[in-house]
Amino acid sequence: MKRFFAPLAEPAVRRVVIASLTLGGAVGIFALSFGVASVSAGASVWQTCALSLFVFTGASQFSAMSVVGAGGSLAAAFGGAALLAARNFVYGLALSSSAKSMAGSLPRRIFAAHFVIDETTALALAQESPRLRKIAFWTTGIGLFSFWNLGTLIGALAGSAIDPQKFGLDIAFPAAFIVMLLPHLRSKLGRQAAALGGVLCLISISFLPIGIPILIAACAVLVGLRK
Amino acid sequence: MINQAPAHLWLMIIALAVTAYLFKIFGLVILGSRQLPKVFDRCLGLIPAALLAALVAKDTFSIGQSLVIDARVAGFAVAVIAAWRRAPLIVVVVLAAGATALVRVI
Repeated sequence: MKRFFAPLAEPAVRRVVIASLTLGGAVGIFALSFGVASVSAGASVWQTCALSLFVFTGASQFSAMSVVGAGGSLAAAFGGAALLAARNFVYGLALSSSAKSMAGSLPRRIFAAHFVIDETTALALAQESPRLRKIAFWTTGIGLFSFWNLGTLIGALAGSAIDPQKFGLDIAFPAAFIVMLLPHLRSKLGRQAAALGGVLCLISISFLPIGIPILIAACAVLVGLRK
Repeated sequence: MINQAPAHLWLMIIALAVTAYLFKIFGLVILGSRQLPKVFDRCLGLIPAALLAALVAKDTFSIGQSLVIDARVAGFAVAVIAAWRRAPLIVVVVLAAGATALVRVI
């Protein structure tokens, strides 16, 4: 145990670990709102927890349950969520050059893949040395996974004990989406894609099955073709 | 709706878990450090902007297949302002939920 904590004596390591855990706490709050929103959209507590345990990529989980809650088909819910999960592929590519030093053997890399999400990628890639990258990846990955699932469970239990509609908690979905969307609006291309995506969705909502407008909105990424 | 979850929701959960994992492992382990064309990278990176904006639009301005303007618009406005001011999520949700609930009471 003493040897396990020994690296914490180093300021650089301490900085990384503190950053990871702070992020984990913030993500736990997100998970709380996912838990509430998911059960209010019709999932059971078990299903809500299974999403966080096995899908473990926030925006996709929110998206899937938002479409299910609106009465969309499961295929439509799956489609939007899968598109949102696709960016983890890019993160995996970005991390792959340091994957061997971060995760070592093939079985460990296969295990590590589950933790390839926005936050682990951002924190790992921000580190300069392979050793710090490894520490950042694992502390963020395991810390986030724990907070995310604990938060989900608490939120799901709380959500099934109250009437979310009455407390205005159906706003938890769009509120979470707004918070997740903001960082993407910093770039001009991001703003264009968001504006076009929103408009495409609103135009198609009245004549396409529920959830499909979300897929149509994905066409907005084509603004990235120019330039 | 609560506790009446259709069992086939499990199907979607399993499909989504497998898909999400495949995306992750495909980049990290299988493709390795091969370079993709820049434009492909850029378009994939824009998916969250496009889809999250669409989800916000859908959750704020529609019920089922009809466009509606109701109490949620108040919550939406409050959430945008709070998020813009960099309030943490819990504050954004509580303020937005409060605004929505208040308008519903009125």
